[in-house]
Amino acid sequence: MVNSLLQSIPIDYFIYLSTLLFCIGVTGVLVRRNAIIILGCVELMLNSVNLLLAAFSAYKGDADGQILVFFIMVVAAAEVAVGLAIITMLYRNTRSVDVSLFNRLKG
Amino acid sequence: MEEILFYIVSACAIISAFFVVFSKSPMYSIISLIVTFFSISGLYIMLNAQFLSAVQIIVYSGAIMVLFLYVLMMLNLKQKDEPLKGSGFQILAVISGGLVFIGFIGALRGFQSIDLPVSPDSQIGLTKNLGYLLFSEYVLPFELAGILFLSALVGAVMIGKRDL
Amino acid sequence: MENIIYLIPILPLLGFAICGIFGSKLPKNIVGVIANLMVWVPFFLSVYLFINFTGPAPIKAEAFTWFAVDNFKVNFSFQIDQLSLVMMMIVTGIGSLIHLYSIGYMHDDKGFYKFFAYLNLFIFSMLLLIMGSNFLILFIGWEGVGFCSYLLIGFWFKNKEYGYAARKAFVMNRIGDLGLLIGIFMLAYYFGSVEFTDIAAKAGMFKSNDTVLIVATLFLFIGAMGKSAQIPLYTWLPDAMAGPTPVSALIHAATMVTAGIYLVIRSNAIYSLAPFTLDFIMYIGLATSILAAFIGLRQNDIKKVLAYSTVSQLGLMFVALGAGAYTTALFHVTTHAFFKALLFLGAGSVIHAMGGEQDMRYMGGLKKKIPVTYWTFLIATLAICGVPPLAGMFSKDEILVAIWQKDKLVWGLTLFSAALTCIYMFRLLFLTFFGDFRGTEEQKKHVHESPSVMTIPLIILAILTVFGGALNLPHYLGENISQKLAHWLQPIYVGIHAHEEPPFSTEMILLAVTLLVIALVAALVYNKYVVKKAQPVIVENMTGWEKASAKAAYVNELYNEVIVNPVLALGRFFKNIVDKYIINGIVEGTARAVQGCGSLLRMVQNGNVEYYVLAMSLGIFILLLVAGYLS
Repeated sequence: MVNSLLQSIPIDYFIYLSTLLFCIGVTGVLVRRNAIIILGCVELMLNSVNLLLAAFSAYKGDADGQILVFFIMVVAAAEVAVGLAIITMLYRNTRSVDVSLFNRLKG
Repeated sequence: MEEILFYIVSACAIISAFFVVFSKSPMYSIISLIVTFFSISGLYIMLNAQFLSAVQIIVYSGAIMVLFLYVLMMLNLKQKDEPLKGSGFQILAVISGGLVFIGFIGALRGFQSIDLPVSPDSQIGLTKNLGYLLFSEYVLPFELAGILFLSALVGAVMIGKRDL
Repeated sequence: MENIIYLIPILPLLGFAICGIFGSKLPKNIVGVIANLMVWVPFFLSVYLFINFTGPAPIKAEAFTWFAVDNFKVNFSFQIDQLSLVMMMIVTGIGSLIHLYSIGYMHDDKGFYKFFAYLNLFIFSMLLLIMGSNFLILFIGWEGVGFCSYLLIGFWFKNKEYGYAARKAFVMNRIGDLGLLIGIFMLAYYFGSVEFTDIAAKAGMFKSNDTVLIVATLFLFIGAMGKSAQIPLYTWLPDAMAGPTPVSALIHAATMVTAGIYLVIRSNAIYSLAPFTLDFIMYIGLATSILAAFIGLRQNDIKKVLAYSTVSQLGLMFVALGAGAYTTALFHVTTHAFFKALLFLGAGSVIHAMGGEQDMRYMGGLKKKIPVTYWTFLIATLAICGVPPLAGMFSKDEILVAIWQKDKLVWGLTLFSAALTCIYMFRLLFLTFFGDFRGTEEQKKHVHESPSVMTIPLIILAILTVFGGALNLPHYLGENISQKLAHWLQPIYVGIHAHEEPPFSTEMILLAVTLLVIALVAALVYNKYVVKKAQPVIVENMTGWEKASAKAAYVNELYNEVIVNPVLALGRFFKNIVDKYIINGIVEGTARAVQGCGSLLRMVQNGNVEYYVLAMSLGIFILLLVAGYLS
């Protein structure tokens, strides 16, 4: 089943799929104002990249890609932990998670 | 058969991803995100990457999304807490996202299709296989990832403290 | 020999360094002694060189190669020959006497050590000017003396007027210097060298009155105009009297202002081939001589009279040069250095006695009170008027003879100028030393003879003035004793310079005419100022020619109207219009443009993350577009 799938579906489909997911993630980051959702959309983007890596790895018969995916997941988990902690703190200070209010980057 | 399966799972991923972006309530967004992750995990299985799919479900759909939900519920955010952006900006955002997609596709067109090995090894994605690699060749990054986790943990705790 | 040559300019430089660096800490007497030594020793060295100078060929001492470009090589080298030896002895001799005199004259001045440092620097520059073996070394000295002149004229810089006078001298000299530089460049281009000897050797390439030579010599003469105060660049010299009197004596009478004459004699090889330029020089000199003498008639400041007298005498020298009588000109430079330095030092002594008073209207009857000054001053006055057997008579008479040979009309005008000279000199003498004292009671008590450190130089100069004529006695006094200077200088001339001597009877007649004029003038002036006791009136009450003379023939006003005011107006125009609106507009416009761009770009940096991400995604799209098209 698996091998036949790899033979029946060209890799381009995976590329298109992951690209589409990635762009949906980008759009999400742009559209939403809720910081948590934006973080989620970033996760979506990361996952789309993971999918692409795994696809290449599987089609090429090279395990390194999957190892990399594993490490990306590790980093993403750490990132989410820290990011959510920061968002929580922001909420405590401003009673909101609206990124439009966080324009403190202004010098 | 397999193709149909692939299409179904892909469609599921894409649709739920759309829901993530466009549903009004943050709760629905996060739940759609979980669905998306599950679909991607399914795609991993199709790609013979069982270990990755397991990790995806355990780490992503499990731990990370639970963290999301937890924070969401803790902060008790409602739909009304997120006023919509200006419609102009929304349209602009969607357009730019679409443009990026088109750009990617257009850029892909330029490249030759990749030569694939005739019979890909279906064993590479197994846990055992990856385990060997991880503890032989990639042992240093693996340890470093542990340290990274530790520091992230400490950081999260420090940030989360009420009074710094 | 070479070491001595190097030592001569180095010593004054050393003196400048010592006085300049340690002078403020040393006692005044030691500073004075050091500064004096640094000039006296070179004087004796020059005399030693003069005695041991043998061959007609010049001695060259090459210190080092200054620079060499392709085939054009300039050495930093000194050339000792008949001409530079004479000039060196004049400069160091008069210079050392004036240094001695300065010890007394500047004794109460705060800037005593500074004064001597400047004087030594001046002597150094002047020695460079006359010892250099090429035009570039000469130019270094030329600039150096101009700079020292500026420093010393503005020595009492706390007085604004003196500062302006110094600036005026400097600016006017710069105009001349530009001409000199252009002349040097032309010579370097056409002769391929700036060495005096090379140029003299190659001068034969050109035909007489060649355009190149005429232009080059004219430019060199413009340099001489500035330095030697000829029309139209002479107005700085009368103003230069702002400096201390020893400075006027040393720089503006005896040495620096004769640099122009030195330059022409030095380049006699090319000047002789440009008769047009020589004529031009002669007429300029004549005009200067007459104009300055005319202005000198009604000046009331004792130093101003002497200044205009200097300008007039310099004009005379240029007339002699224009007539082709180089030796005569140098002879007059020498004698003029003696008696004009003496006159200035005498005037300084008078001013010293009067406690700083320079106006002759408040002097008079000083004959008895300061006898040494009076006698020396009298000798100098007679010398400048040309009374035999004093030095001035011989040189002036020679000039007149040379001009008589060339042009009768010019001779007449020169004689007229000489007569004017006598008028103002006798007027000066009578107003100052004869009649009744016209100053205040306080001054009357104050009047006293100067200390011996000041009178000794006066006496020495007076002796020189009496016997200076022996240097170049007229030829009719016998072959063996006469024309010494001419014979001595013969080797430095290129081409034919044996101008014919007029018959003896003519010379005698000319001499008689001159003496007659002098006697007549002296009698008239004596009658007016001593017998009738005519008082000089206030300038505002004068009329006609007297007012014109007292107002310096309105030349300064003319320059102000024609040159200074238009330039100032242009400056005002640039300041008020161009600078304020155009330049400022450009500058501020730039600033405003930057500001505008900044405020536009500031909207981009609004701190909202979503805008950044939007921009980023658009950027990614553009990059991808480019990548897609390029692949």
